[in-house]
Amino acid sequence: MQHSPVCVETQPGGKTPLDARGQKLRLDVVDIFEHARRGHVGSTFSLMEILRVLYDDVLRIDPKNPRDPARDRCILSKGHGCLALYVVLADKGFFPAEELCRFCAYDGMLGGHPEAGKVPGVEASTGALGHGLSIGAGMALSARMDRRDSRVFVVMGDGEINEGSVWEAALSSGNRGLDNLVAVIDYNKQQSYDSTYAVQNLEPLADKWRAFGFAVREVDGHDLCALRAAFGDTPLEPGKPTCVICHTVKGKGYVPAENNLAWHHKSKFTDEDMAGLRAAFSCKRGA
Amino acid sequence: MRGRCLDMVHRLARADERIVFLGSDLGFGTLKKFREELPERFLMEGINEAHAIGLAAGLAFDGRIVYVNTIATFLTRRCYEQVALDLCLHNARVRLIGNGGGMVYAPLGSTHLAIEDIAIMRALPNMAIVAVADAEEMERLMPQTVDWPGPLYIRLGKGYDPIVSDPAVPFVLGKGIAARQGADALIVTTGVCLGPALAAAEELAQTGRSVGVLHMHTVKPLDTELLLDMAHGVRAVVTVEEHTVLGGLGGAVAEVLAEEDFPRMPRPPRFRRLGIPDVFPDKYGTQNQLMSRYGIDQGTIVKTVQALLP
Repeated sequence: MQHSPVCVETQPGGKTPLDARGQKLRLDVVDIFEHARRGHVGSTFSLMEILRVLYDDVLRIDPKNPRDPARDRCILSKGHGCLALYVVLADKGFFPAEELCRFCAYDGMLGGHPEAGKVPGVEASTGALGHGLSIGAGMALSARMDRRDSRVFVVMGDGEINEGSVWEAALSSGNRGLDNLVAVIDYNKQQSYDSTYAVQNLEPLADKWRAFGFAVREVDGHDLCALRAAFGDTPLEPGKPTCVICHTVKGKGYVPAENNLAWHHKSKFTDEDMAGLRAAFSCKRGA
Repeated sequence: MRGRCLDMVHRLARADERIVFLGSDLGFGTLKKFREELPERFLMEGINEAHAIGLAAGLAFDGRIVYVNTIATFLTRRCYEQVALDLCLHNARVRLIGNGGGMVYAPLGSTHLAIEDIAIMRALPNMAIVAVADAEEMERLMPQTVDWPGPLYIRLGKGYDPIVSDPAVPFVLGKGIAARQGADALIVTTGVCLGPALAAAEELAQTGRSVGVLHMHTVKPLDTELLLDMAHGVRAVVTVEEHTVLGGLGGAVAEVLAEEDFPRMPRPPRFRRLGIPDVFPDKYGTQNQLMSRYGIDQGTIVKTVQALLP
């Protein structure tokens, strides 16, 4: 698979176009929906570029040796976005792509939230929110103790950071100066019930992370170049953990789902939904 | 008991570079020498138990063995989800050392009492639970905690508890200790309740009753084989614990006995649990005063056994 070399402009308002790989990965998710007829659509699509860039371009990992102690770590703390992680891990060869069609099945290894020990490449079992940053801080601290240059990326949702434990972890990580730790926020501005502004306003979000001792960069979370640069530049400041706030669009790429709270989680897709999803991404399959 | 436990963590850490100590916001000077000798492996995280457990998990995922210490109720109740998921679901090798298990913090009231810690830890898959009787037994326990294959909860008593354990008896994590053999009744106990249990058995012996004492320092995994062996043939089984009677040692023993064939035997043993009833203690005072209030003492054990025996 050739990764898109195209850099797109950051366009506030979420107009950043998807390249062929972005569409192909989303189509892999649609294939899963075809079997399981359920899943967190909005979170999966808002996350896709973040995870893709991490696994394609940033993380030092070997799918053939997923437990290599020297590897970088990535924790998907917002475990409900697991479909994006699963298609990326399958694409990278961590496990056979055939597993994808057994998502949430009785005999499948891929559940509705990712579990370490079951899924190669998954570093920590997540799903209950607010756990990943502390675990990632532990991994980052462990690397520091070993004088290893492993970096740890923890991808969190914006709704997730309502959890107090996230801020406990932020306080500790900032004070410890864990500059091999990167908090990545999928800031799609929506949570289950309503917008983040309406439910529990996070602003001024960047200032909050700065106040906790993080170096912060804000990027368009669908802009591949901006993501590569932000993740590649970490630590943004020596001696400080990094926070990359990714401005994303919930449901990115499928217009009926974009910023549509009804598509946060779907437990039953209609045939019409499936046809629409497939049509939205099919034109690029194999590109 | 606490001092000996933490000293042992230091001693073990000197010999094993995998070992890390993590405290919340412990008393001034705690493990000062550990901090001076092994500063990289001495972490004082502050008052943030949920985060501390996750941090410990992240360290453990990398092969480290993490001893986490703070007040028992904050280590079990406050961060229960992190214990369940970050530790138990991952079978992480983190050892939780809970200060003040039971009613040690009697003067401080219900916010600080750990009287349901065994029950809630018992409910978690992979979690092991151990409550030794005294400081000397703690010293025998600690080396065995290093390579225990999953998470472990170590419940501490008050400290300066009388030494009642027998150094001649081998201590094996996961196995009970037949502290005293008896044909008429069996007292099953854990933690510092071994002392009053042994004293009660001795008092009963003077009245002609032969009473055994099973010291179940490891409440989970429960040594069911030894329990059934010692319960076989007795007329009464009494559990004694500094804990709610719901779901702790008494609950565990009841489950085992109820599923055995005793009910079909001609003379199944009668059974009673001694412990804290289903209440938040309404008094302060001392640990011993609260123990007496709820009948966790020698006199009540004696009366309970006598009442059950024909």
